[in-house]
Amino acid sequence: MKNTGRYALCFLLLAGLVLALLVWNVSAGSVDFAPGEILAALLAGPDTGIIWGIRLPRVLAAAILGGALSVSGFLLQTFFANPIAGPFVLGISSGAKLTVSLVMVFLLSRGVVVGSMALIAAAFAGSMISMGFILLLSRRVKQMSMLVVSGVMIGYICSAVTDFVVTFADDSNIVNLHNWSLGSFSGTSWESVGLMALVVGAALLLTFLLSKPIGAYQMGEVYARNMGVNIRRFRVELILLSSVLSACVTAFAGPISFVGIAAPHLIKALFRTAKPLVVIPACFLGGAAFCLGCDLIARTAFAPRDMSISSVTAVFGAPVVLYLMASRRSGRGGRDQ
Amino acid sequence: MSDVRLRTEDLSVGYNGRELIRGIALSLRPGEIMTLIGPNGAGKSTILKSVIRQLALVRGTVCLDGRDMAGLREGDVARRMSVVMTSHISPELMTCFDVAATGRYPYTGRLGILTREDREKVAQCLELVHAAELADQDFSRISDGQRQRVLLARALCQEPEVLVLDEPTSFLDIRHKLELLAILKDMVRRRRLAVLMSLHELDLAQKISDQVVCVHGDKIERQGPPEEIFTPDYMRQLYGGARGSYNALFGSLELEAVAGAPEVFVIGGGGAGIPVYRRLQRQGIPFAAGVLQENDLDFPVASALAAEVVAEKRFQPIGEASLRRAAAVMADCRRVLCPLTEFGPFNEGNRQLLRLAGEAGTLEEWPAGENFKNPAGIS
Repeated sequence: MKNTGRYALCFLLLAGLVLALLVWNVSAGSVDFAPGEILAALLAGPDTGIIWGIRLPRVLAAAILGGALSVSGFLLQTFFANPIAGPFVLGISSGAKLTVSLVMVFLLSRGVVVGSMALIAAAFAGSMISMGFILLLSRRVKQMSMLVVSGVMIGYICSAVTDFVVTFADDSNIVNLHNWSLGSFSGTSWESVGLMALVVGAALLLTFLLSKPIGAYQMGEVYARNMGVNIRRFRVELILLSSVLSACVTAFAGPISFVGIAAPHLIKALFRTAKPLVVIPACFLGGAAFCLGCDLIARTAFAPRDMSISSVTAVFGAPVVLYLMASRRSGRGGRDQ
Repeated sequence: MSDVRLRTEDLSVGYNGRELIRGIALSLRPGEIMTLIGPNGAGKSTILKSVIRQLALVRGTVCLDGRDMAGLREGDVARRMSVVMTSHISPELMTCFDVAATGRYPYTGRLGILTREDREKVAQCLELVHAAELADQDFSRISDGQRQRVLLARALCQEPEVLVLDEPTSFLDIRHKLELLAILKDMVRRRRLAVLMSLHELDLAQKISDQVVCVHGDKIERQGPPEEIFTPDYMRQLYGGARGSYNALFGSLELEAVAGAPEVFVIGGGGAGIPVYRRLQRQGIPFAAGVLQENDLDFPVASALAAEVVAEKRFQPIGEASLRRAAAVMADCRRVLCPLTEFGPFNEGNRQLLRLAGEAGTLEEWPAGENFKNPAGIS
């Protein structure tokens, strides 16, 4: 019970950070707004100005999708018992990227406007294909680092094919598609925000309800089974949820790197626990804060040019991954005959 | 048969549908410890993994409390059977209390939040395995012995009727081995647990088990109380032509005797000779031992290690015949050692042997100095 105070304090801190970043993100940009102006605009109700029309949807998208990536990463890390697993390094985001660009190029060239739901579905299909490959490989490759290398390879293959597809896309689509394939929150509509909130919210709720078996699974499969977890069903649920979460991100914002590893790790270090009941909501907040911070930099560092969000998350996220790889306790492998 | 906790019928186990061991029929009652022994790779772990449903059964059934486990739900099994397996776990940022508390899983609600009662039970279980003081420590930073105890506490938190352990004493030093088994025995007695486990250590298996099951080849070769299993002949058979011998009374192992004509004669008895025999064996010097009554403490070790033992009948003083035989053997040896310091009516003969050796000038002192460590004549 003595930890409850610490958890509450950390949650308060995180929520404050997310709120501050939300405000900062809305206020900063080509036109700066004072917090008072933002409040006034919010109270005035929806209009087509910069705040309501451009900044707010983008900021909310960054928060929701960042949180989704972070939780997706946490699930994959639990599944593979590997702290450097994540939707990006395992090639799952790239698989989603490939199917989304295929669908976009194919349909746009026929003059069909692609709905957001169709994009999510395409991204989900792509995620599952990459995930399938990773699962097949994980049966043969027992070493965690090799699994990550395999994931990176799958990512490269998918990216190469995506580039190929983009090259042959119509000129009018190319700019859009190119921007998207690098990863960006720009140009998010309110309709998209609503949809992503719905999908991510539902997935998050289901994930939270899986806290108990996730906690058991952290003890390893043998013990989880002995505690009464239906391992087969649980593994399917975990894979589906993490894929839905990362697919949703890719469908709306393209592949975003390293958030899925960096945010859960930082959260676990902050809370000094890996208990899913605490860490799942905390990961969502942490991922949201991480992406908000990175998007702020992406938009303002070289204004008026937008950087790709993925470059910024990589700058901050990759060092965390390197640290994790270097600090992993070596040796003492499992002994299982 | 309601007092049988765990029972296997015509069970075959193996991997990918291939039978590795067949015809397994075990029956375990409350308050009983059943131990699987057998050579490495014999399939002890395979049997245990099959019983706990980690491996699919190839054939047959496992019944828990008289009900076929195939028809039981995960939670029903979890409330009756818990495990301590060899798979190494390294949970992140978990204290020993957290690890033990995972055993409450089958009893907690949807989100797995511990009630006050749960917490008290966890604390009790940690207390039972003498790990209460570890509760707040990081699980990844404690020793192997402590880890096994915490995992045992975890298993107890599940309030099982049957406890399955796979080589719980591996990696532990002798003190922790004894401690763990003592705790286990205590649990079994107090909570009427039924324990099924595998052990490497024959001596411990002999002492702690109510039933011993020998896994050899593709079957259960023998099964019964330890006194029926731990015979020198059968142990040799089970561990297939092992070099050395097995002492059934002490449950201890002795290395192989050094072959050749005896070079050293050891006058021993009452335990005094054992360290000398061991050292000569280590140095590869064939030796003879005498005169020992067959009920002497030295006798089993001498029989295992000496090239020749001059023995007297049980509870008999050393007689003329034995003495003559010993003198003859001693005369052929270049050196004589006498760790024996006490003489009485029963080993009066040995005092005479000592005198003979002194007269012949072959007697060397024990404990021996440098000279003995690098004996002349051995190059």
